[in-house]
Amino acid sequence: MEKSLKQTIYYTCIFKVAHQFLRQKIHNKMPKTKEAWGSRVGLILAMAGNAVGLGNFLRFPVQAIRNGGGAFIIPYLVSFLLMGLPLLWIEWAQGRFGGVRGSHSTPFIFDSMSKKRMWKYVGVFGIFTNLGIISYYTYIESWTLSYTLKSIAQSFGGLDRHQVSAAFDKYAGVHSTLAGHALPINIPTWAIIAFLITLAINIYILSRGLSGGIEKVAKIGMPLLLIFGVFLAIRAITLGSTGVAGCVTCNSHAGLNFLWKPNYSSLSDPKVWLAAAGQIFFTLSVGMGTIHCYASYVKKNEDIALNAMTAGWMNEFVEIVLGASIVIPIAVGYMGLDWVKANAGFMMAFKTMPYLFSQWGVVLSTLSGVAWFGLLFFAGITSSLAMGTPFMALLQDEFSMSRNKASLVLGAVVLMLALPTIFFFQVGVFDEYDYWTGTVSLVVFALLEVILFSWIIGVDKGWEEIKRGSDIRMPLIYKPIMKWVTPIFIIVIFVSALIKPAGGQFVDWQLAFHQLFTHGTWPFAHNSIIAQMFHLGTPWVYFKDGLPTAMFFKDMSRLLLTLTFAGLAFLVHVAARKRRKTAKITES
Amino acid sequence: MSREALIFMITVQGTVTAIVAYFFIKVLRTPAKPPEEDDDADSVE
Repeated sequence: MEKSLKQTIYYTCIFKVAHQFLRQKIHNKMPKTKEAWGSRVGLILAMAGNAVGLGNFLRFPVQAIRNGGGAFIIPYLVSFLLMGLPLLWIEWAQGRFGGVRGSHSTPFIFDSMSKKRMWKYVGVFGIFTNLGIISYYTYIESWTLSYTLKSIAQSFGGLDRHQVSAAFDKYAGVHSTLAGHALPINIPTWAIIAFLITLAINIYILSRGLSGGIEKVAKIGMPLLLIFGVFLAIRAITLGSTGVAGCVTCNSHAGLNFLWKPNYSSLSDPKVWLAAAGQIFFTLSVGMGTIHCYASYVKKNEDIALNAMTAGWMNEFVEIVLGASIVIPIAVGYMGLDWVKANAGFMMAFKTMPYLFSQWGVVLSTLSGVAWFGLLFFAGITSSLAMGTPFMALLQDEFSMSRNKASLVLGAVVLMLALPTIFFFQVGVFDEYDYWTGTVSLVVFALLEVILFSWIIGVDKGWEEIKRGSDIRMPLIYKPIMKWVTPIFIIVIFVSALIKPAGGQFVDWQLAFHQLFTHGTWPFAHNSIIAQMFHLGTPWVYFKDGLPTAMFFKDMSRLLLTLTFAGLAFLVHVAARKRRKTAKITES
Repeated sequence: MSREALIFMITVQGTVTAIVAYFFIKVLRTPAKPPEEDDDADSVE
């Protein structure tokens, strides 16, 4: 009897020691919030850097000139106040809420907000979107790095505009295929080397952490971006008439006039409102999960309301003040108004701007080239760093990976996803990534996050979360705006993208509805989601003469993106199971 | 450049610049909060 008692005590002791050991081991493996922002200014600059991207300088002015010039700014600012600002506050609040509970990526930030399991899978969008965008965005970033160096080396001196444009095509392999190869594949050696260097720079900075890497880059990059931007804006505004023979409108003031002269009649056009809302959506980097991730490292009682407002308005400053004052006035100054109206677009940055700068003599053209491409590089890298953090946060939080290891895994995944966009650039793989991850996915995710915030959790609780620690008095009007106006805004954007009617830049909804009621058909635009999804207007052919068609590559890239989403969802599933197991053992 | 466009540009760009400056100065002038212990970590729903 005594022996049996001794045995029981002995085994109980062994069990207790083993249990304690196991708990300690699990505790050690549990996510630790070591990361933190070094300063409030650093956080705001990093958030502003996340939002400021190439679109501020290249997309905004083009949208403005296509949608009523100066009058575009009215629906644009209304959209900022009714949709942009509420989304910023919602994402900051969700991020801080999750971060306080040890989650720094959207799947588990959402999981901490709702007991329903589906929300963590909705949160997968917040990682997937970033991985998709960073894969092609880093490639564009590498162009800006190369072109900064080319500007220093004065590679564009003496070239006419066709030669400058052709030089870019050759560099990025835009219209060419590998010699002697049957497939439409191209391997632009220098572009790939520049891409690998840019990716390595990103990974290195990310491996240094928030305060030691991202914040430092933001503190250096953002002021430099502003200095470069102000320099170019002053040059553009003071350029005036360039005296190009036979060109009456070759005057930078004509460009500014065209951009800012308000055409008030355009305010009654729904297309202008849609374009303005779309621009606000994409310029603020909302619906991506990056703001959630950055904000998850903000402490529980620290302000988010003023921080979000400051970062958001800083992005608006870069877009409205600098973005509107560089590309269009300089381009009109040398190419004339008609040329700009017909050709304004993203590629002007690389195909036209170097030629325009070369008109200013050796010293000024070199300085301007460095300022322009340097500005784009800083705008790009501060955004791509933000895009890398949600995936790293998932690996660090849920799989106990070290920061270095997580950054290397991120690098490997980005490399794997990016190579098809480089090799098959000319058959539309790049555009396919941009469309599904950089456009559609953002809107879907933003809509779901607003629903979670305003309807599932409830706007009252959400409002209290935003207000906690606030350094400004929150205007109460934003409560109904967050509940009703913001979701409706996003639904309208999504539905209009889903069934966008044909008509190029002059989309006519009235005509489309007329056709629907009279003929019973809808004229889908080629870039509407429905037309893209089902390849409307394109014969469904995967192989022609034994070789894969562009459609084959497009669908393969869609398959790759779908598998990426599925892979991330699986990781989240595994992590959730791990969490449940850990919770059970800790409870016992 | 027409007077209307010039006035519109200066008004919009001036307003945006003033707003950014106001908020940024407010951030710089607001004293940092003392660090607090994080306690509750319950789900909202």
